[in-house]
Amino acid sequence: MNLYSNIKKKIALILALLMIAALCGCVGGEKATTLYVLNWGDYIDEALLTEFEEESGIKINYTSMATNEEMMVKLQEPDCIYDVCFPSDYIIEKLVAQDLLHELNKDNIPNLVNIDQRFMDLDFDPGNKYSVPYMWGTVGILYNTTMVSDPVDSWDILWNEKYSGQILMYDSIRDTMGVALMKLGRSVNTRDEQDIKDAEEALIAQKPLVLAYLGDSIKDRMISGGGALAIVYSGDAMWCMDENPDLAYAVPKTGTNLWFDNIIIPKTSKHTEEAEAFINFLCDADVAAQNAEYIGYSTPNAPALQLMGEDYINNETYNPPQELLDKCEIFHDLGDFITVYNDAWNRVKSYVG
Amino acid sequence: MKRTVFAYPYIVWMLIFILAPMLLIVWYAFTKNGAFTLTNLGAALRDPIYMQVLARSVWIAFEATVICLLLGYPIAWMLSTMKKSTAAILYVLFVVPMWMNFLLRTYAWQALLDSAGILNSILAFFGLPPQNLLYTEEAIMLGTVYNFLPFMVLPIYSVLVKLDKSLVEAAYDLGANGVTTFFKVILPQSIPGVISGITMVFIPAITAFAISRLLGGSKFMLYGDLIENQFITLGRDAWPVGSALSFILLVLVLISMAVMRRAEREAGEEGGMLW
Repeated sequence: MNLYSNIKKKIALILALLMIAALCGCVGGEKATTLYVLNWGDYIDEALLTEFEEESGIKINYTSMATNEEMMVKLQEPDCIYDVCFPSDYIIEKLVAQDLLHELNKDNIPNLVNIDQRFMDLDFDPGNKYSVPYMWGTVGILYNTTMVSDPVDSWDILWNEKYSGQILMYDSIRDTMGVALMKLGRSVNTRDEQDIKDAEEALIAQKPLVLAYLGDSIKDRMISGGGALAIVYSGDAMWCMDENPDLAYAVPKTGTNLWFDNIIIPKTSKHTEEAEAFINFLCDADVAAQNAEYIGYSTPNAPALQLMGEDYINNETYNPPQELLDKCEIFHDLGDFITVYNDAWNRVKSYVG
Repeated sequence: MKRTVFAYPYIVWMLIFILAPMLLIVWYAFTKNGAFTLTNLGAALRDPIYMQVLARSVWIAFEATVICLLLGYPIAWMLSTMKKSTAAILYVLFVVPMWMNFLLRTYAWQALLDSAGILNSILAFFGLPPQNLLYTEEAIMLGTVYNFLPFMVLPIYSVLVKLDKSLVEAAYDLGANGVTTFFKVILPQSIPGVISGITMVFIPAITAFAISRLLGGSKFMLYGDLIENQFITLGRDAWPVGSALSFILLVLVLISMAVMRRAEREAGEEGGMLW
């Protein structure tokens, strides 16, 4: 223990010295408040950031990252600098459980009325105490109509040997394990070890047919015609279909995973009022419409969707019918049980047939 | 004595960026709530999947090292026998790609091997059917060999270029044929370069990650990917086991360096200098 505190002291000293050095670099100091915003890559129309800066006099420092888990690690740091962040549903549960979120003062967010009631008060944040939905969508199958002749209406098509070497899966535990669970008719939030075992076996059986487990590069490959079937998020599917008209998106009739990315303020934020002003700005109908058109993901903002017009409202990928949504399931935080998922996923990925 | 002052920035640098992270890894690997524990290491060693992935990583690194040696030695020999000016140009051509980021070079291979990529367009031009080159085990091997080949060629080259060519002539004069000359005269003198090359290829290859993801489509998990997964996907709770995995790799690297160092010393007694 003693040795440890000694090392800690030394490390603290080194860090303190580094900080002094860093501070010397910015003696000038600025009066305007700066909001530190942490988001996914390419997940906001950056013109809107400038618009907000001009309107409010608040400066924005914008950073992006690649995965929910990375975001989670950042938010868990005791000296987290961020003021606004956009994690997904199940991460919110985790953040709430660890008491890392600021309780929103809704008086500062009058535009909250714009959010479609269907997307408020969801399980992961009852009463929207901590989060405001930002974008939402489904997980489904993007397929190339020139290569796929069978009807795409079930997860089983991803196990069809006809498409061997042309199937792309997500390199992500929850998404890909989720697809296997849904194929087997189980819950994507199951905590039953047998379910996980069955899903693992299904994915191992599927592995010889899989071309690759990819991240964002799935989109590029599908657009260039490098795969017949792929798991994608509906928002990405919109973009891919725009780029390559041979592509189509389908959600199995049995339902799928419904996801929400949400705006939150970390508890460590020292500028919560300004952060709430920024959230209010993003919930403005015009702003939300411009943003959603830029990103291509579905907006939960009802008047914004009206502003975007018939093309979006009647598009089933963008605005799926309520009957489908009723059959969908949202991810929940799995707590420690995630290690069971992870072990299964490791076995799938390291399996060599 | 005054000169040691100039070493201080370097020492501070090492403390912050080399020693501190290593201590943190050891700390995370061997503690639980501040108390010493072996459970993390036990978990990392007992899991058959982790061991299987480790064995595969060692095997791939070994294969890559052998291929690099078989390709690299002749290249180094050719470079060393060329005219100085030609050799200098080729040497630079060999080194320049290494100035580019390794990820960028790996992405370039992705573009080359892709089903809609350059190699397949060439095949299509000759009317040949497209080949599925990307996302295979061979693609991972190609990427690994390509990335680490210069680390094999350069140390062998720097030994061979200093080798006294009159010894080779003497061997021929005394009736040795090409094969005998190579094994009795050239190879023994170049061993320090070979050992250094093996170390410089094997160690980065065993710790490599991202190649298997970018060129293997994450279908062939390696130890580096496993560690990355522990830290990035699983979050803080998995850091102790992730650190234990890193620690195992660290020990493995130190052992192989010690073995190489020893072999180098023994070879050094027989002559031949690397630098």
